[in-house]
Amino acid sequence: MKHFVKLTVVGGAIGMSEISNKTKKYSVLPFGPQHPVLPEPVHLKFLVDEEKIVDVLPNLGYVHRGIERGCELNDYKRNIYLTERVCGICNFIHGATYSAGIEKITDTEVPIRAKYLRSIWSELQRLQSHLLWLGLFADAIGFESLFMQIWRDREMVLSLNEKTNGHRIHLETNLIGGARKDIDESLAKVYKEDLSVLRKKVEALTPVFHKDPGIKQKCEGKGILPKSKARFLGAVGPVIRGSGLKEDIRMTGYEAYGQLDFEPIVYNGEDAYSRMLVRFDETLQAFDLIDKALKQMPEGPILNKNTKFPEGSTVVRSEQPRGELFYYLEGNGTNKLDRCKIRTPTAANIPPLVNMLIGYEVPDIPTIVHSIDPCISCTERIVYLKEK
Amino acid sequence: MPKMLKEVLKNLISPPATVNYPFVKPTPVPGTRGALTWDMSKCDQCQDCERVCPSVAIKVYPEEKKVEYQPFKCLFCYLCIDNCMQNAIVGSDNFKTADYEKKTEVYETKQ
Repeated sequence: MKHFVKLTVVGGAIGMSEISNKTKKYSVLPFGPQHPVLPEPVHLKFLVDEEKIVDVLPNLGYVHRGIERGCELNDYKRNIYLTERVCGICNFIHGATYSAGIEKITDTEVPIRAKYLRSIWSELQRLQSHLLWLGLFADAIGFESLFMQIWRDREMVLSLNEKTNGHRIHLETNLIGGARKDIDESLAKVYKEDLSVLRKKVEALTPVFHKDPGIKQKCEGKGILPKSKARFLGAVGPVIRGSGLKEDIRMTGYEAYGQLDFEPIVYNGEDAYSRMLVRFDETLQAFDLIDKALKQMPEGPILNKNTKFPEGSTVVRSEQPRGELFYYLEGNGTNKLDRCKIRTPTAANIPPLVNMLIGYEVPDIPTIVHSIDPCISCTERIVYLKEK
Repeated sequence: MPKMLKEVLKNLISPPATVNYPFVKPTPVPGTRGALTWDMSKCDQCQDCERVCPSVAIKVYPEEKKVEYQPFKCLFCYLCIDNCMQNAIVGSDNFKTADYEKKTEVYETKQ
């Protein structure tokens, strides 16, 4: 019960006890956990006054997998592969962030070439994640031909992954102290050729996303999150950048982002449309960053093996396609960790989502829910069991 | 939508982007991480693969000169191949490893 009340109070809505009084006046509309619009199970309980949404109560815990506990029982080196399973779409970034945390505790220096490699693969995942989302969003607003076209083009990134790393989704190229694989000249050529073809295909869609009246009608002015509230509710990633705030962990210059002249993309619309434009422009930016990183990457070793067991605690942050990813790691000098806390961006974006939905109508729900790019399986860190 | 009309019309005459899988076999991409096999003439039961396996899919019995491998636990990360000093583990591009039973593959040294 504590979990629910906390979420609703932060979201600016009312608590559970008050809902029971309100149900006398309003009707309750369940949305999920299985719904055609949702790619993953989350249960949203809507309190509606005819078509208008009065309050929302999110209910998580349908796909809890106990990965944090698994990280405590597992060997700290094997944990890279476990943390990569937290999220399928941005798996590399999870592994790289976990490795960066262990490197920070054990004072292992990562070679500069390995940092560049990590940035290239992170951007490649951002690229395919945003393309996947743009397709899903097009599907949610009823634009099916755009959905099919984007997903067909996204295949190019996946087959590029298979050609260069062996798997379509899971790259598994992280190691503590560097990377497992190198991008030599012939591979760099494959990357450049394939990505230049894909870039032309994505650039051809620019007028569709920026000017199409159908998309504008469905998204403009929907799910408004004002600038002041975005920071207060702790929004992250494209959600906060769509509200006009320049917030991006890549600005801290982790991995090789410091050398890539990175500038975050910000839109001031504060609505679902500007959040979509942030993501679309970030896909185009990812091409630039990969090109620049492939050009600038210095020669040298890619792995610096660590010999110490982790002892002490640390906090690492990185920018996922959906926003800020947070890892807290605590080691005790053995091969097992005492604590591995993971906070994924969707967990931070749920209170803003609850706030966004209030005041809109029932047909706007798919657009607004999709506009935060929910990744529920990553978010499931807690399960609340009712005591009988 | 009018901007996309060109692409829509092109798709009407072009072949489908997907492959009709069971009837048309996709060509395997070189370098795909697929099913593993052990070459027991090279294996010296050093247990390196067992130590690095993230999903605990490999068990080596040095006294019995035997290796047990569970393909249904395997992530196909190829850490065992990277770490094998004897090059006894062989990868392939066979990605079709679906089965009705969760089998355990046993490799034994012929004496």
